[in-house]
Amino acid sequence: MLAKRIIPCLDIKDGRTVKGVNFEQLRDAGDPVELGCRYVAEGADELVFLDITATHEKRKTLAELARKIAKHLNIPFTIGGGIRSVADADVLLNAGADKISVNSAAVRNPELITQLADQFGSQFVVVAVDAKEVNGEWLVHLNGGRVATEHRLLDWIKESENRGAGEILFTSMNNDGTKAGFACEALAAVAEQVSIPVIASGGAGSMEHFRDVFTHGKADAGLAASIFHFKEIEISDLKKYLADQRIPVRL
Amino acid sequence: MKIVIIDYNAGNVRSVLFALKRLGVTAELTSGLEKIKAADKVIFPGVGEAKNTMTYLRKTGLADTIYNLKQPTLGICLGMQLLCEHSEEGDTGCLNIIPLKVKKFVATTRDQKIPHVGWNKVLFEKNAPLLEKNKPGDYAYFVHSYYVENGVYTTATCNYILPFSAALKKDNFYATQFHPEKSGDVGELILKEFINL
Repeated sequence: MLAKRIIPCLDIKDGRTVKGVNFEQLRDAGDPVELGCRYVAEGADELVFLDITATHEKRKTLAELARKIAKHLNIPFTIGGGIRSVADADVLLNAGADKISVNSAAVRNPELITQLADQFGSQFVVVAVDAKEVNGEWLVHLNGGRVATEHRLLDWIKESENRGAGEILFTSMNNDGTKAGFACEALAAVAEQVSIPVIASGGAGSMEHFRDVFTHGKADAGLAASIFHFKEIEISDLKKYLADQRIPVRL
Repeated sequence: MKIVIIDYNAGNVRSVLFALKRLGVTAELTSGLEKIKAADKVIFPGVGEAKNTMTYLRKTGLADTIYNLKQPTLGICLGMQLLCEHSEEGDTGCLNIIPLKVKKFVATTRDQKIPHVGWNKVLFEKNAPLLEKNKPGDYAYFVHSYYVENGVYTTATCNYILPFSAALKKDNFYATQFHPEKSGDVGELILKEFINL
């Protein structure tokens, strides 16, 4: 049986892992490659690295980071942050990235998803979507959640799939940083909408939240950052708990 | 010992290079036909689309070179599928080294996602070459929308929607549908066995 995946996410700024609450107030959490290796040893199924540095040097530093990660890790990883073109993605593929994630640039230019999928295959393209529930409606947001758009979540996710996205990484901004649980209802609606895997993000605070996201939320993978970085939950303990709850995980 | 990784118009081939490096082996990434023929071992990796890749392999002469290899050769993912007879992906005639067919997954329920992405249990056959150090039920990492049917050359199976070949062996050709270079310790055992053949 296909295992549900546990994915630690590392936000990178100027070469260091950081973590904010509701997309702001950054705390330092260490060297990304070192932290990545710790997660592999603890049983992480995959890793996501998102570069939130906003400098002109970024393209080069992101490729260097991808190469370092690819050299050290023996599990798959996704890398993202500011990818705007096929050329940006090509550099990362050549550095050894298994997948890339695109977010704001894809919303501004949906054709980018099509181009990336045609060039590299859908398995390489993760479309990350940040959305917030506003007056009962889930709307896509840009730039780490600062800019609202008129795109409705489910429409955008369907379009992403049709254009060739291989996976959807959905972050609920209402839940992110709250540690009060994932947005299971919205996640289930997303999972029903598409036939590609859905990675749930935003709100993980306890082991029960992961159980709920795989059952009620119908997610294929659960992603979290700070609870893993600051060892509030150990991945190995989490997987044992999920196995006891009869959720298929790789032990 | 010289191990070469065939460099062709396909996705993440570098990760195989890095995986071997972690095991202390410096392999060479090459598309040179003579280098490939002269190598002690060959790895045929791959992420990509069958039809375009076969066209490319034929045009460059890589297809004939791979077909005639006598040294241990390991096909990974698309590499494994292209060793077979025919793929439904683009209705493509493949290298026809292993007489099995490559078919498209068809979901039978809504919760069966395609591609098959992630870690799944592999049932390794007892004493299968390359796989003997692995335990039945070990997890390996898969990413694919097409699968190789089970047959006499199947040395490991996986079950997703239906049972299919997770690994194959015929003569000097070995193949895995999953990515040993991305399958943690389980994958490293397999790569080590290949290095030590």
